[in-house]
Amino acid sequence: MAISDTGTVRATGVSGRTSARWLAEHSPSLLLGLFLVLLPAVATDFVLDQIVGWTLVLGMIALSLMFLAGYGGMVSLVQMTVAGLAGYMITVFGASSLPTISLFWPWWVAAPIAILIAVAFGTLAGALSARTEGIYTIMITLALASAFFYLTLQNWSIFNGFNGFTTIPAPIFLGINWKSPVPLYYLILFFAALSYAAVLYVSRAPFGIALQGARDNPRRMKAIGFNVTAHRIAAYAFAALIAAIGGILLVWLNNQISPGTAGIQATIDLLVIAVVGGLGHPIGAFVGAFIYVILRTFALDALVAVGLDARRFQTIIGLGFLVIVFFSPDGVVGIWRRWSARAGSPPGRNGP
Amino acid sequence: MATALGDDGVLPRAGRGDALARWIARHPLTSLLIAIAVIFVLWLVLAPWPAGFEDVFGRKRLFINALFNGITLGGLYFLVATGFTLIFGLMRNVNLAHGSLYLFGGYIGYEAAVWTGSWLLSYVFAFVCCALVGATMQVLIFRRMEGQDLRQTLVTLGLSIVFSDLMVWVWGGNAIQIDTPDYLMGPVPTPIVVAVKSSGEAIFLQYPRVRLVIFAAAVLIGIGMWLALHRTRIGVMIRAGVDDRDMLSVLGYRVQLLFVLVFAFGAGLAGMAGIVGGTFQSISLGEDSHFLLASLVVVIVGGMGSIPGAALGALVIGLSEQFGLVYFQNYATVSTFLIMVVVLALRPQGLLGKR
Repeated sequence: MAISDTGTVRATGVSGRTSARWLAEHSPSLLLGLFLVLLPAVATDFVLDQIVGWTLVLGMIALSLMFLAGYGGMVSLVQMTVAGLAGYMITVFGASSLPTISLFWPWWVAAPIAILIAVAFGTLAGALSARTEGIYTIMITLALASAFFYLTLQNWSIFNGFNGFTTIPAPIFLGINWKSPVPLYYLILFFAALSYAAVLYVSRAPFGIALQGARDNPRRMKAIGFNVTAHRIAAYAFAALIAAIGGILLVWLNNQISPGTAGIQATIDLLVIAVVGGLGHPIGAFVGAFIYVILRTFALDALVAVGLDARRFQTIIGLGFLVIVFFSPDGVVGIWRRWSARAGSPPGRNGP
Repeated sequence: MATALGDDGVLPRAGRGDALARWIARHPLTSLLIAIAVIFVLWLVLAPWPAGFEDVFGRKRLFINALFNGITLGGLYFLVATGFTLIFGLMRNVNLAHGSLYLFGGYIGYEAAVWTGSWLLSYVFAFVCCALVGATMQVLIFRRMEGQDLRQTLVTLGLSIVFSDLMVWVWGGNAIQIDTPDYLMGPVPTPIVVAVKSSGEAIFLQYPRVRLVIFAAAVLIGIGMWLALHRTRIGVMIRAGVDDRDMLSVLGYRVQLLFVLVFAFGAGLAGMAGIVGGTFQSISLGEDSHFLLASLVVVIVGGMGSIPGAALGALVIGLSEQFGLVYFQNYATVSTFLIMVVVLALRPQGLLGKR
C-alpha cells in the first residue's frame, strides 16, 4: 500500500540528541500547541467551537483511522461507528432531553461505561476483520458501519430511531461548567493533544514497530514469532479508545446525536478526511479535518458567491478527494513533506 | 462436498449421482437432517397449515409471500453482486462505485423506457451506457494504478461521491418508478395453497408475473454466465485470471483487454439490475449505497470472487431481508448484517469462497 512512514526511522538515536536539537525539530508542533492554547484569548466562540473544536474532534476520530490505516495497513471504516456508539452510550447512561431512555448517571460513571462499550465493539469489529487481509477490511468494516447505522435508525428503545437525542450537555465538575465554549475548547484540546502524543508514542514503541512490520510483511512477522492477528486486534482496541473519547466530545460539542452522526455519509467523510490529510503522519488527520471543516463551513457561501449551485458541495469534496488520491497518495501532509524536502529546510525528514 | 470428493482419486471419473450417494453414505446423520429439513420446507410451502401452526408462525400467506419476495429479491441482488464479485475476483478492485452504476442504469433505463416506450429496449440502453462508463473507468483510471488495491478503492469511493451528487443534480431527489409493461402486469396463479376457506375451498397464491419473469431471467443469466465461464475460451481466461492473473499475462494472454471486458460486463449487469430495481421497487437518492452494501454483504457471505457464491449469498440475504421484514420488523436490516457477522466469524472466506 502506498503509505510511507517515518516512525521507524526516527525510533533510533533519540537519546543522543541534545535538547536544543530536540527543540529545533519540534518547534513547529510546539508553536502550534502554543497557538492553540492561547487561541481563546483572541478568537470568538464561533471560531473556538465550530471551527477549531470540530477540527480537533473530527481529527481525533480520523486519527484513530489514520493509526490503523497508516501503521497497521488496515483501512477500517468502523471508527466513526465506534465514536457514534460512544456518543450514544454517554447519552443513554448520562443526560439528555429524553428521560424515558437516559439514565442520568453522573458523568464519571457514564463516560467510562460508554468508552468501555465502544472499545469492546471496536475490538470485536477488529477481531472480525483482522483475520482477513488488506482490501477485505474496507468491505467488512463498511458493512459493519452501515449495520450500526440501520440499527440506530430502526431501534427506538435505546437509540430513539430517526430522531436521536438532543440537549446532551457536557457535565459540570471541578466547579467548572464544561459546556460553556472556552472550557469545552480546552477539554477537547487536552484530549486531542493527548491522543496525538499517544499515537506518536505508540508508533515508536515496540508494539507500534511490530504493527508496522505486520503491515509491510505479515508472513515474515509471523515467521519470526509475532502474533500478527493479536497485534492487529490490539491496534483496533487502541484506535477504538481514541475514537470513543472523540465520540463523547463530539456529542458534548454538538449537543445532539442522531443516526446521521455515524451514518454512511459520515463514515465516508471520515475516510476522506484521513486520506486528504495524509495517512503517513498523525498530524494528517487534523490537517484533513481542518480542511473539511473549513470547506463545510464556508464552501456553501463561496459556491454561491462565484455563481455556482451551493448544492454541488459533495461534488467539490469528491473531486478534491480524487485529485489528492491521484496526485498525492500520502495526502496534504505528503505534499508539504515533499515541498519542504525540496526546499531543504528541516533535516531528517523523508523525501518522496 | 470437497473433502468427500478429494479423499479418493477415482471420484472425478464417477458420475454426480454416484458422488452424492457416497456423500450420503459417509454422512448418514447430516443427510438425514438435510432430507428432513427439505421435506419440512416443501410441506411448509405446499400444504395448507394446520390451525395450531398458524398461531405460532402467523398467517401462511405472509410466510409464502416473504419466501417468494425473498427469492425474487435474491435474483435482483444476484444481478448486482455478480458484476461486483467478478470485478473483484479478477482485478482485486473493490468497486465502491458499483451502487452508482446500478442507480445510473436505473435512471438511464427510465429515460429510455419513456423515450422508446419499450421496457425491454431500456435494458439494452442501460447495459450499453453502464458498460461504457465501466470500460472508461477501467481504461482511464484503474489501468494507471494497477496493483494498488487501496488507491483504486479510494478512487472508486471518490467517483461514487461525485456520481451520486451529479445524479441528484440531473434527476433530483424524488423516487422514480419504472412502469411494468402491460404483458407482464397482473398476478399469476400458482398451485400453492395459502389458506382454506371455511367452506373447505382452497385459496391459491397469486404472485406478480413481472417478479417471476425477472427471477427466471436472473437464473438464466446466472446459468449463461456459468456456461460462458466454464465452456468458452474467454471464460477459461477469466477463471485463470481470477486464480493467478500474473501467470495468465506471462502466458501471453491480453489481460488488459480481459479487464476492460469484465469491467464493462459487470458494470452493464449492474445497470440492467437498476431497471429491475426500478420496476420492483423504485430508484431514488440513496439507493446507490443501499445496493452497494447489498452487494458487499452478498459477496462477503457468498465468498469473494465466486459466482455460485454470489448466487447463494444473494438468496440468503434476500430471504433474510424479507423474512426479517415479516417476523422481526424493527431489526430487518440488522438481521442481514448479523448473518454476515456469523459467516465472517465461522468462515472468513465466505460460504463458497476458497482461500
